[in-house]
Amino acid sequence: MTRATKTYVSETVNRLKPSGIRRFFDLAASMEGVISLGVGEPDFVTSWSVREACILSLEQGYTSYTANAGLLELREEIAAYLLRKFELEYCPKRELLVTVGASQALDFALRAIVDPGDEVIVVEPSFVSYGPLVTLAGGVPVAVQTDGADEFKLRPQQIEEVISPKTKALILCSPNNPTGTVLNRKELAAIAEIAQAHDLLVISDEIYAELVYDGPYTSFPAIERMRERTILVSGFSKGFAMTGWRLGFVAAPEEMLQAMLKIHQYAMMCAPTMAQYGAIEALKSGQQDVDEMRKSYRRRRNFFVQSLNEIGLRCHMPGGAFYAFPSVQETGLTSEQFAERLLIEEKVAVVPGSVFGASGEGYVRCSYASSLEQLQEAIKRMRRFLSRL
Amino acid sequence: MKLTEKELEIVEILEKNARIPLETLAKMASLTVEETEDILKKLEETKVIVQYATIIDWRKVDGHEGVTAMIDVKVTPKRGVGFDEVAERIYRFPEVKSVYLMSGAYDLSVVIEGRSMSEVAHFVSEKLSTLDSVISTTTHFIMKKYKHDGTVFDQGDQDRRIVVAP
Repeated sequence: MTRATKTYVSETVNRLKPSGIRRFFDLAASMEGVISLGVGEPDFVTSWSVREACILSLEQGYTSYTANAGLLELREEIAAYLLRKFELEYCPKRELLVTVGASQALDFALRAIVDPGDEVIVVEPSFVSYGPLVTLAGGVPVAVQTDGADEFKLRPQQIEEVISPKTKALILCSPNNPTGTVLNRKELAAIAEIAQAHDLLVISDEIYAELVYDGPYTSFPAIERMRERTILVSGFSKGFAMTGWRLGFVAAPEEMLQAMLKIHQYAMMCAPTMAQYGAIEALKSGQQDVDEMRKSYRRRRNFFVQSLNEIGLRCHMPGGAFYAFPSVQETGLTSEQFAERLLIEEKVAVVPGSVFGASGEGYVRCSYASSLEQLQEAIKRMRRFLSRL
Repeated sequence: MKLTEKELEIVEILEKNARIPLETLAKMASLTVEETEDILKKLEETKVIVQYATIIDWRKVDGHEGVTAMIDVKVTPKRGVGFDEVAERIYRFPEVKSVYLMSGAYDLSVVIEGRSMSEVAHFVSEKLSTLDSVISTTTHFIMKKYKHDGTVFDQGDQDRRIVVAP
């Protein structure tokens, strides 16, 4: 028997769709002079005080493992942060776990709750990892399509339409990547009712919670009776501009948290020690920097979204994150055609909405976490591109 | 005077970049161009916005000669006018770039720009020290500017992010 016909890779992984973003990355990376609005991370470097605290920890030789759940001092800071910022109470010893980015938190949350064949509702357009992570955990992702005309808000009836006896959980993401949509307290409460009625677990990905621009933010577990059925996933990447540190955390009732900790002990041991020391400093003294960054994003959002609408790309004002998600339907191009031609003809990289799910078709994701000069230039190029179509 | 939220927004944006086009500024603050113009006019008239200046790295300019000195000045305040009178006498000289009243070991911090060290020395000995209220001066020449008014000179600001990321 020859090896050529046989694959060593598991069927599950073989069947996973490669990330649609990857192809674009390769194309854009091969070109010179590209203005990239395709970057899903802050354009700020981590605050110096945070970097400095990490350097100090290295100088002092703090290079060994930490407790599996993370440094207790960090968990206590996270608990205090969740309380002052979102009115959430979690016990740092039993209900908090420090992870390698929010991505790991999502992965382990799913692994902890999904049995083979369980269905998990993924709200599209969605972050590209949710579906594949559900599959890898042995579950079945079930997509819900939100409506661009409704600013991609998740409505309770949309969830009810896909609920089956096998539905175990719902992954919620507000502020949303890629749409920037934020759900307010009332909208979350409506979803909470469905969760309660159908006994759904909710994995609430609140990684962008620091980046909300209009009005107050409500964390999902802060909604009445939701704490007991919510796994809150968050981290330092976006709000604190710490993407490369790979540091996130998860807060959940003890039973679920301990289940995740069990997986974490076997599969991860602990999050990087030096990053944890940086994160302690971020929570102790970083809020002012976060506030400054938020202001800066908000100004750029206001400029960019208004400009998009002016050049003829219809776009709702996103309440959070750093993404604008304009419609390209009026150009007659698919989102992929639009993105590809814009990249090749004008060297502006945006991400086709279709990679985020079926309802993302007809839209493109533009990150406005770029300098104002770059955004102005991008608008200029997009205007030129549109005038040629 | 108390600024509105929008006025504060305008001031904060301009403090970082005064050359921002009016239209862009208006969009960033979610205002119309006319509203923005009105706010600017008001802020300028009330001298909340004092001046639009530019930070120049003169070291990069060939042939530019110049030195900057910070001078700690001890003075005797005068009855009735305190430090204001002597401060005014000092800041009227065009070579004086800034004057601050300080807490601590001395009273006035004076920044002087001149073409050479001797020119600055001449100013200190002839103009500054000879003022009646001035008790003593200590002159410090600036050797190199690393950061000025929140701006780092020679900052490598390349974007290290990957081009497309989820």
